[in-house]
Amino acid sequence: MRILAISGSLRRDSHNTTLLRAAAELLPSDTEVVIYEGLAAIPNFNEDDVPTRPAAVQDLWDAVQEADGVLISTPEYNSSIPGVLKNALDWLSRPLEDSPLRNKPAVVIGASTGMFGAVWAQAETRKVLGAIGARVVDRELPVPTAHEQFHESGKLLETEIEAELVISLDALRDAIEARAARAG
Amino acid sequence: MSTTATTQDRLAGNWNFAAAHSSADFAVKYVVSTFRGSIEDLTATLENGVLSGSAKVASIKVKDDNLTGHLMAPDFFDAEQHPEISFHSTAIESDGDEVTVDGELTLKGVTKPIHATGTLEGPAQDFMGNTRLGFTLETTIDRTDYGVSWNAELPTGGKALQDEVTLHVELEFHQAA
Repeated sequence: MRILAISGSLRRDSHNTTLLRAAAELLPSDTEVVIYEGLAAIPNFNEDDVPTRPAAVQDLWDAVQEADGVLISTPEYNSSIPGVLKNALDWLSRPLEDSPLRNKPAVVIGASTGMFGAVWAQAETRKVLGAIGARVVDRELPVPTAHEQFHESGKLLETEIEAELVISLDALRDAIEARAARAG
Repeated sequence: MSTTATTQDRLAGNWNFAAAHSSADFAVKYVVSTFRGSIEDLTATLENGVLSGSAKVASIKVKDDNLTGHLMAPDFFDAEQHPEISFHSTAIESDGDEVTVDGELTLKGVTKPIHATGTLEGPAQDFMGNTRLGFTLETTIDRTDYGVSWNAELPTGGKALQDEVTLHVELEFHQAA
């Protein structure tokens, strides 16, 4: 199966991108993880441009369509979802009937340098994904004090957080397999 | 219709569903007013006094295409996983034009007993010599019982969407002359 991993942070040394790489290492070898790297190129959402869909948006659209599931890792800016991530999800939501996120299994995780590990941003990302029609796993994975959580190799230091991450990833895989089984 | 006829007499035999004369609608309070929608693709049978019906979730119609998309999603009806809503009666009692129907409603994979009230008119002859029978039924369900639990907090407290949903169906059946 193929999972598209989207980091909500554009920062070069983003903890959320590091978290996605750590997640990719924890997934079994039958799972291909594609880390999406085009977020910075997505223009501002403008409903006038929905019919023509800018090239960068089309690339993201295709990447979601080709994936069996989506893994989003989000930071939290001012207690909420980062603008770049929300902007990308808005593009993916129109037209809603055609959205590649419709019925797509999705799980949201998140890291922040604060105490709460981006729980609000995760909750809001789940809400947005639900409104778009994704099959959202009802779980959060907060990684607080993210600047202290990773080994130089990018591996998570705390086994407890790593174990929770594995549960979230397993839930995503289960949702993908259940959907594939229904489709026959 | 004579009120002395028993329910069993009135419903006896097998009836053909008249889709063009039938409908299914729902109504639910949303913030300040009642939101209404319909389910267009509907079928039903009436055989030896047992009323059964099913409806395609994909045919739910509301006045906003983006809302239709959300209603099809796992947040609401999850059309991909549960494409049909179905019902079958366990007991029908009529007294004159008044009728009560007990049965089981399956929605989003959850089956629960429901009790509907309304009217039963006929059997009556139409001008073509066919016999017609018409149910008008209404019931209220708690959508959260069926896992249709999406909601949103209002800024001043409370929820945007009420849990109680009123279902209203008009079902007509024919027997050929």
